Amino acid sequence: MLTKRIIACLDVDAGRVVKGVRFLELRDAGDPAELAAAHSRAGADEIVLLDISATHQNRATLLDAVRRAARELFVPFTVGGGIRSLEDAAAVFDAGADKISINSAALADSALITRIAERYGSQAVIVAVDAKRLPGGNGARWEVRAAGGRKPTGRDALGWVREAESRGAGEILLTSMDRDGTRDGFDCELTAAVVGATSIPVIASGGAGGPEHFVTVFREGRADAALAASIFHFGLNSVAELKQHLRAAGIPVRWPC
Amino acid sequence: MIAIVDYRAGNLVSVKKAVDHLGFPCAITSDPAVVERAEKVIVPGVGHFAATSTLTETGLRAAITGAIARQTPFFGICVGMQWMFDASEEAPGVAGLGVFPGECAHFPPQVKAPHVGWNQLEVKDGSRLLRGVPSGAFVYFTHSYRAPLVDATVACCDYGGAFSAAVERGHLFGAQFHPEKSGDVGLRMLENFCRL
Repeated sequence: MLTKRIIACLDVDAGRVVKGVRFLELRDAGDPAELAAAHSRAGADEIVLLDISATHQNRATLLDAVRRAARELFVPFTVGGGIRSLEDAAAVFDAGADKISINSAALADSALITRIAERYGSQAVIVAVDAKRLPGGNGARWEVRAAGGRKPTGRDALGWVREAESRGAGEILLTSMDRDGTRDGFDCELTAAVVGATSIPVIASGGAGGPEHFVTVFREGRADAALAASIFHFGLNSVAELKQHLRAAGIPVRWPC
Repeated sequence: MIAIVDYRAGNLVSVKKAVDHLGFPCAITSDPAVVERAEKVIVPGVGHFAATSTLTETGLRAAITGAIARQTPFFGICVGMQWMFDASEEAPGVAGLGVFPGECAHFPPQVKAPHVGWNQLEVKDGSRLLRGVPSGAFVYFTHSYRAPLVDATVACCDYGGAFSAAVERGHLFGAQFHPEKSGDVGLRMLENFCRL
């Protein structure tokens, strides 16, 4: 049976993981390569490395981190943040990423999705969508935000997801800006709406605070995968504990890994 | 030396990295002469079946056919495995290698396509590629088209019905999933191939 994926996300700034993880055996909890390997050993189905600074000056440092992380990682590995062109994407793939994630650059020029997909295949292109709930009205609606959630775009999230798919996106990484950082749980209504709007896999993100939230986003949100960063970083749950909880709840997961 | 055939269809770094990790000499190449001399040949592949027509145009197909005729072990991965069949619905008119019979078809409408993620193998006994891999093992898939079940099927997977996840006949091997992205289980298979 196709399993639900648990994706561990590393937020990296200037080549260092921003929120350290309490993996006792690690020599350096800020090293993306060590953390990626530790999450993979703990049962993460994929690793995402997100360059949150994404400045031009830090690009060489980032690529070095990607190269080191990729060397001993044999599960799918995605890199996002600061990819603005086919050349940026190529540099990340050459460093060992299997997929790239693009957000603001795709909003500015959706043909970028097609250019990368034509060269590397749709399965290698994740479009990250940051969605914020709009107030009032009949029925829920969400607006797409750019620039790390800071900039309103006026675009409807469901419409953008459909366009991204038609442009060649292979997966959607959907972050609820309302839930991100709250630990109140994923936005299942948003997730289910996006899953219903597209036929490609949807990765839910934003709001994970405990194992129960993952059960809910798979059941009610119908997510194909769920991503979390801080839940693992603060040592609340290892991926292994989370997967055992999901299994007990009847959610199909890759276990043992 | 193991030749990893580059036909400009996606990213081959992961396959090379895995073979490097296992300690076997390998090179990414698009040179038919290198493929002809190789001890083993791997054709990875992501993306569209139509991209395999590049193999014909560049002379790589002839080099691969020659290598196969000389009993060089051959491993097709993902679209590389689909290419070992006669054809695919994805690109009508583009001829596959035809070493396994039948046509690759799109997943039926009742399941979501692409099939992305970790799914389980049902393994037949006696496969050299899958030596040490038990039934129920998880591997990573990402594809919208699937190969039919054939006599050479050594592992099947169920997603909207059973399809060929791995095929094997003599020195010819194929995997629909990505062994280079399937953790220890996948590395085991790559090692089994590299050790032949």
